[in-house]
Amino acid sequence: MWEVLDLELFASGLRLSTPLILAALGGLFSERAGVVNIALDGIMIFGAFTGAVVAYETANPWYGLLAAMLLGGLVAHIHGIASIRYQADQVVSGTAINLLAIGVPAVLSNALYNSTTVTPNIQLMLPIIHLPVISEIPILATLLGKYSILVFFAFSMVPVTWFVIFKTSFGLRLRAVGENPEAAETAGINVYLMRYYAVWISGLLAGLGGAFLSIAHGSSFVNNISAGRGFIALAALIFGRYTPKLTLVGCMMFGIADAFQIRIQGVIPIPGQFIQMFPYVLTMIVLAGLIGRAQVPAADGIPYAQAK
Amino acid sequence: MFSKKFEIFLLPVISVFAAMLVGAILIFSVGENPLVVYWIFFKNSLFSLNGIGYTLFYATPLIFTGLSVAFGFRCGLFNIGAEGQLYIAAMAVTLVAIWLDGWSAWFIIPVCMIVSFIAGGIWGGIPGLLKARFGGHEVINTIMMNMIAWSLVNYLVVGPFHREGTQILETDFIPEAARIPRIHELIPIIPKTLPLNMGFVVALLACLVTYLILWKTRWGYEIRAVGISNSVSKYAGINVNKNIVMAMFIAGGFAGLVGISEVMGYRYTFHDSFSSGVGFIGIAVALLGRNHPVGVILAALLFGALIRGSLFLDLNFDNLSKDLVMVLQGVIVLFVATDKLFKKLLSYVGIRGKEA
Repeated sequence: MWEVLDLELFASGLRLSTPLILAALGGLFSERAGVVNIALDGIMIFGAFTGAVVAYETANPWYGLLAAMLLGGLVAHIHGIASIRYQADQVVSGTAINLLAIGVPAVLSNALYNSTTVTPNIQLMLPIIHLPVISEIPILATLLGKYSILVFFAFSMVPVTWFVIFKTSFGLRLRAVGENPEAAETAGINVYLMRYYAVWISGLLAGLGGAFLSIAHGSSFVNNISAGRGFIALAALIFGRYTPKLTLVGCMMFGIADAFQIRIQGVIPIPGQFIQMFPYVLTMIVLAGLIGRAQVPAADGIPYAQAK
Repeated sequence: MFSKKFEIFLLPVISVFAAMLVGAILIFSVGENPLVVYWIFFKNSLFSLNGIGYTLFYATPLIFTGLSVAFGFRCGLFNIGAEGQLYIAAMAVTLVAIWLDGWSAWFIIPVCMIVSFIAGGIWGGIPGLLKARFGGHEVINTIMMNMIAWSLVNYLVVGPFHREGTQILETDFIPEAARIPRIHELIPIIPKTLPLNMGFVVALLACLVTYLILWKTRWGYEIRAVGISNSVSKYAGINVNKNIVMAMFIAGGFAGLVGISEVMGYRYTFHDSFSSGVGFIGIAVALLGRNHPVGVILAALLFGALIRGSLFLDLNFDNLSKDLVMVLQGVIVLFVATDKLFKKLLSYVGIRGKEA
């Protein structure tokens, strides 16, 4: 069985970390601003569906990518209206989005393609980038040689997120409304608007994460395409203590675990169904190992009533 | 101006109508006439004895899962794991019933009922334990437990317990002695084809028990106190962690009772992916029913009618499928969560006093 523990496992793990990274960074923005985003999974599904449909209809994956992002932002906005403007219970509102993500794509896909579970294969997938020099060097070629452009984008978003959150005044204000909205408002920060910005960004990123599944990693939307990845991304975020760097570590751990379960199937005499449980069990173990260490933003999940 | 009590009924009703309005927009956008669609929905679910019977039949598992989610909410816990809990319990009931073949019904039926509760309870109790012991997020953990449950029961029904000689993913049938009566065996005027069974009565009893536990016992008081405030409860000397684990166990147990109506009363076998989201609709049922047993029954009847009606969508409309119910329930949950919006609307039109 040890033959699966090779460089290809790592490469495949990086690929499978990509949707997790995008969704988890999205969650990071939202939760840092004080809005729990349990809707990440649903937004990913919406993104995956929109991406696949638009990429198929226009025969251009870039339009699919753009549409997935925008729709992700729009769906997140619904969560935003409910949880910011109307101070809804954020977990309940997010769950509503997740429930809609089960029904809406099925209804639309049925209307468009006469199938509630799968959309047609797209003609063109997002391009694979072959790094010029590196893809000539033997070991590095397997490790870093060729990935979808979204993989590079996701990994580069990690330092970008770190910079935006911790080194810009926008990030400072965003964290302020997530830690102490009263004080932030006193300091002249528009709490609602900052929270909306954060939720929108989370929607754009999670929508991209979904699009990765349907137009970069796969080539169509299938039922239950996220397979709970939005929730695993949240677990990675909690594991990462709401910091980009550690969240990346969490996402890569889950991504490699996912790659491992795919590659080990059929290699060892354990039924596939048990191997498939591995990432989920790992998620629960990781969450359980965090007793007292998770540093949740102080106002995370608490609705805030702005003065005016 | 209406009293607070009236508002408790009014707001959910408004939420449902608003959701049906949103549903109408979706129906219209896929090229069908919303009025015709809703007419088909309710004609087939409410306007005949058969239709009403089916509505009650589809409402039965929803009462169980609605109670499950509501019980969790009362303790401040969000159980999104009813789907996994009911699968595990249904499988456990099936296997135990087959294993007990040869015993009398007086023994086998009560044992199977208890097994369904305990199996679901264990599946719900694990996230409860992780929450109490390690602070693990019960929403994420119950979702993970759903994923694990799907894999586990799929393995069992594909592999070791698959019924020989069939392509259908089902186990062997449970013995006659483990089957509970259909309602038409007790009341002759009910059509013989109707699968409504004694599970419905068990569901109503479960509601009564929930009411008694939560509002008439000291323990129920503790659970509700923990649901309102962890820290205050702790200060009052309540063992918060114990209550979290127990509440999740009971919540899982209620979801597990679906095994009674589904396996012992209807299919007599474990059928792979039989539930199609009953555990998730339970969330909408609980929220719409304001986490009260009576509300859960009413909301379950509404969704039972919707599920029954939705089965006629595939037959009558090219562009619509039964998934419309999942959309409607998602919108309903969203609107129940944003009841501030409707309170505002009510005070605009003068029905409601200004918010203090």
